[in-house]
Amino acid sequence: MYPTDLKYTIEHEWVRAEADEAAVGITDFAQKQLGDVVFVELPEVGRTLTKGEVFGTIESVKAVSELFSPVSGAVVAVNDALAAHPEGVNSRPHDTWMIKVKMANSSELDDLMNSARYDAFIA
Amino acid sequence: MVEFGGWDMPVEYTGIIDEHMAVRTAVGLFDVCHMGQIELAGADVLAAVQWMSSNDASRLAIGQIQYSALTTADGTFVDDILVYRMGEQHFMLVVNAGNIMKDHQWIVARVAERGGDVSVVNASSRYALIAVQGPQAERVVQALTDIDLAAIKYYWFDHGEVSGVRVTVSRTGYTGEDGFEVFAPPAQAERVWNALLEAGAPFGIKPCGLGARDTLRLEASMRLCGSDMDEGTSVVEAGLSWIVGWKKDAFLGAERLRAQKAGSLDRRLVGFEMRDRAIARHGHVVMDGDASVGMVTSGTQTPYLKKAIGLAMVPLALAEPGTSLIIDIRGRRVRAEVVPEPFYKRSQPA
Repeated sequence: MYPTDLKYTIEHEWVRAEADEAAVGITDFAQKQLGDVVFVELPEVGRTLTKGEVFGTIESVKAVSELFSPVSGAVVAVNDALAAHPEGVNSRPHDTWMIKVKMANSSELDDLMNSARYDAFIA
Repeated sequence: MVEFGGWDMPVEYTGIIDEHMAVRTAVGLFDVCHMGQIELAGADVLAAVQWMSSNDASRLAIGQIQYSALTTADGTFVDDILVYRMGEQHFMLVVNAGNIMKDHQWIVARVAERGGDVSVVNASSRYALIAVQGPQAERVVQALTDIDLAAIKYYWFDHGEVSGVRVTVSRTGYTGEDGFEVFAPPAQAERVWNALLEAGAPFGIKPCGLGARDTLRLEASMRLCGSDMDEGTSVVEAGLSWIVGWKKDAFLGAERLRAQKAGSLDRRLVGFEMRDRAIARHGHVVMDGDASVGMVTSGTQTPYLKKAIGLAMVPLALAEPGTSLIIDIRGRRVRAEVVPEPFYKRSQPA
């Protein structure tokens, strides 16, 4: 069962929204598919993202994947700790955020899956 | 699971880093049944092998093995191979899975051209192949056999029984560690695999997939045919002059290889380490200003050395260790540096 306080995309990102700020990471399902994560490339603070836009890349030993922003808005923080410890994505995927976005339109969250639907989506 | 050379193979069992570290520090077990075996025998077999392959097979004693290349007339790779001297007039070539049919047809055609008493058999379906690799490999295999493994030197082999199954055991591998490859009849392969897993349990043995096989071989600077070189790459360009028998008579591609050695070489495969935080991978382009001048042929983040490394084909002017390289990774220019090979060398040679 995936955490009920998160919302999920079909690209396997999660969003934790607090007021108009959205923290974004990737799901446990995604990290298992990737395997050992060795590198996460993130955007600069201040960059404006449109929902669905690529905001970075994540590399495991075996593959490279793009990261898609689940919401539109400006990047207000990036998780610099991932540079030294990318393996956090594997060990604590739902607590390891990558970027925080100040949402331009929080109703975009309504388009994302809740945990029950995401559970069914990956089943 | 992924398709590889017609086989369904696991990329990983417990994780690439976990498996990679097991091989560097303890022992790992690889199902490499996909590898092909082509056997040649007959009164004229040595001359045939000498003609088709780059290394000097006349230097092999019975029971000895050498790394070599099956070469085109241009001195490029049909495949890279291990040549086993099974008998005075009997050789076995261990070839890459994806090239078994091509290699077999190539060898049959070359033998037909030259004539002589040589029979060629694609024996791939007669052998299962299991690799036991790592500093504890000898202890694991020795627990299951009366063969005196300590007496088998690096790149030699012997015959005997492992776990009651008749096998050929060679001190070879594709990881940069000490280890063995066990050729067993396919019907008994599962028994040998399970016995090795059980005997290896006290040593922390881990089954390893294709992912770790690739990171281990690259960390040890071992080339992957089809990725690092192919029919467009000469043996000298691949940085493998040491598998050319320079003193032997004419062989396929000898003229071009000799010319390259004498100075006509204009590009070469080199090892590099990333200097910016990024991982260059196969197909990424090496830039000189706005011109693309080379290509990354392999690249990864290596679990043991904990560095982003790779191999790239570059002009000779960029091939010296210490040279800065600029690599285009998905539109971003990042810095790398040519470094001496191998990236990793085990401290205790077998």
